[in-house]
Amino acid sequence: MLKGLKRSAKGARVPHEKATAGMATVKMPVPQHVVIPMQMHIGAPAQPVVKKGDTVMVGTLIGQAGGFISADIHSSVSGTVLDVAPMRMVNGTVCKAVAIKADGHQTLDPACTPPVVTDKDSLLVAIRACGLVGLGGAGFPTAVKLAANTIDTLVINAAECEPYLTTDTREMLECSDTILSGIDAVMKYCDIPNCIIGIERNKPECIDLMFSLTRDMPGVSVKPLPMRYPQGAEKTLIETCTGREVPQTAPNGKGGIPADCGCVVMNVTSVSTLGKYLKTGIPLVTKRITVDGDAIAKPGNLEAPIGALYRDVIEACGGIKPDVELGKIIFGGPMMGGAAPSADFPVLKQNNGLLLLSRKAAALPEAEPCIRCGRCIQACPMGLEPVVIAENFKNRDFDALQARCIDLCVACGSCTYVCPAKRPVSQTMALAKAWYLKEKNGKAGK
Amino acid sequence: MEEQRLIVTASPHIRDNSTTRGLMGNVIIALVPSIVAAAFIFGMRSLLVVGVTVAACVGFEYLYTLLLKKPNPVGDLSAVVTGIILALNVPVNMPLWICVVGAFIAIVIVKQLFGGIGYNFANPALIGRIALFVGFATRMTDYVYPDMAVDALATATPLAVDAGGVSLLDMFLGLHGGMMGEVCALAILLGLAYLLATRTIGFAIPGSIVITMFVLTFAATRDLHATLVELMAGGLLFGAVFMATDYVTSPFTTGGKVIYGIFIGLMTFLIRNFGSMNEGMSFAILLGNLLTPWFNDWSHQIPLGRTKQKKAKKEKAAAASAGKGGAA
Ligand code: SF4
Ligand code: SF4
Repeated sequence: MLKGLKRSAKGARVPHEKATAGMATVKMPVPQHVVIPMQMHIGAPAQPVVKKGDTVMVGTLIGQAGGFISADIHSSVSGTVLDVAPMRMVNGTVCKAVAIKADGHQTLDPACTPPVVTDKDSLLVAIRACGLVGLGGAGFPTAVKLAANTIDTLVINAAECEPYLTTDTREMLECSDTILSGIDAVMKYCDIPNCIIGIERNKPECIDLMFSLTRDMPGVSVKPLPMRYPQGAEKTLIETCTGREVPQTAPNGKGGIPADCGCVVMNVTSVSTLGKYLKTGIPLVTKRITVDGDAIAKPGNLEAPIGALYRDVIEACGGIKPDVELGKIIFGGPMMGGAAPSADFPVLKQNNGLLLLSRKAAALPEAEPCIRCGRCIQACPMGLEPVVIAENFKNRDFDALQARCIDLCVACGSCTYVCPAKRPVSQTMALAKAWYLKEKNGKAGK
Repeated sequence: MEEQRLIVTASPHIRDNSTTRGLMGNVIIALVPSIVAAAFIFGMRSLLVVGVTVAACVGFEYLYTLLLKKPNPVGDLSAVVTGIILALNVPVNMPLWICVVGAFIAIVIVKQLFGGIGYNFANPALIGRIALFVGFATRMTDYVYPDMAVDALATATPLAVDAGGVSLLDMFLGLHGGMMGEVCALAILLGLAYLLATRTIGFAIPGSIVITMFVLTFAATRDLHATLVELMAGGLLFGAVFMATDYVTSPFTTGGKVIYGIFIGLMTFLIRNFGSMNEGMSFAILLGNLLTPWFNDWSHQIPLGRTKQKKAKKEKAAAASAGKGGAA
């Protein structure tokens, strides 16, 4: 009750729709060709190190990290490089991409050997060589996160709060050994004493499994999480698991990050990928994605080579149902994922779902006048006040936006989801945040 | 695949199934017990009054938006809610034309002239009631008493008689004089239960109003019986459940709602005990409505991980002390 007075932060009670949770991962047939963009992470794009006509194998380095905050990129198929050219990504930005014609043999590059890890530095080198980024959706380079040395708690994000998606569920059920070895390596070499695995309560079988497997691991605990979206949002997860709050501003004046409160969050699939890499030396070249929605013939979990086109993924899942008109393609979950204008975009490292919605399911209600019910405020996981912020933004009131901490908005969409007037509230929040940050930078520049 | 026609919108791609119309519908359902109770206690004319007032509210809203060529909002049912609440706020023998006047004030003047739903500064039905109270005072206090009540209540509204002689059961069932909707505590509590169960409203506003009134009255009288009578008499319960909780005119945050509720409870107590009016509730809610922007300002939530802006604070403090210095 008292906490409710501070901020309600109830989140949204989204439907689960985890129909694919029980479906074992199926390997997708190797597509004819893949298109691998050089920007599948936050930070600088990778620099292509292959050219047209080169022969590549699975795991061959094709893009070199373009800076400290960047990530290596490897070929997901064996074959010939068709082209290295700029492409328009699904989110509208343009970056270079390597198109590769697959020969279908999937020959593994002999250079892929398990790395030798003896301390933190060699672990970070290995993580970079693996090309690992946050696989939950954000795509932040993992090695950068783990480089901080103020961390005492590793939080494993297995909340999977987005509706439909079940890739993390499958990871836990199918690859628990590499999850544990990955956690073990991070804790050991980065000298992190505690680890909390946060799993939403709608996955009881995963909770039970993880409980029984981690019983003998010192410092590792499993935390069942309430079923509220966005439970898997980094800051919300840290608060629920540890009670700590990621500060809005770090001591250096930049935006706060989990390391500022002694935490680092890794997605469960990321940590498992690390475990696999340490064992086999095969870098991140495939990704499990949940293919679901009312328009797809055979929903399921698919292990797709990175760079496979949506078109081929849909084909591998039996295509679109014949009697359904496809209305929307969503990459990611329905709350934070984006809508794709066509099926000619590639699967990225951080993609974890592809939803095919019929025109009917994709239809959204029209916006009505705001009735000032305050539901957006109750839902906002960050304790923001969207309806108030919208007003401040309308007046372009910089100070008010600053006082209302608009920069904390994590674009989770909860406010839009709960609005009874069906207003696109989170869109307004995104505009307000962009305007605020621009003004702020302008002021700082002066 | 006909990809040219794919829909591209910003996330999220799903919405919950709440709608303005649905929420208003919930309020209407929650009001049904009170309408039925009014029909039982005061006779069938209650239904006529409710019907005419609702029709007038919807009609005015429709006409107004038609004349100004605005989108027609009647579908959101908010005018129906206003109509029912206004009707339940008058005595049963109210002449129908006065009800229509009340509807005009509520819908046209308070709601639409300020921009329609979401923009009114006070609850339209509440202003309707207050306007009728001010304009037609004798009519508004011309209570009809149920035939069934045989005790002291038969002659006056319980706020005006010695509380000691009042049967709590009669009070609870609504066998006493008053406005149509506010007499039957049982019906109002049923409505409240429905509103809470459907999450149409939270407990913060009605809870803090009633608890504040209870504590203050009990402290003043030290008599549980009198306190309970006081709580069930007049418009307190009906106002706390159906009128103070109007979304547009109550604060956003839980903290704000609690402050607002305590304020309304306190004002009701003060007006009832030290003012000249027995019916303090509507004025208390009106004051609360008008102060809502301030309550909103005082009750902002603390965002997750907020870093206090020390600089801004210091500057403010400096400005404040400088101001003081200048004044001295
Ligand atoms: S949830 Fe929608 S209608 Fe309610 S206050 Fe927020 S923006 Fe307005
Ligand atoms: S999108 Fe932003 S404002 Fe809306 S609920 Fe999420 S964090 Fe809050």
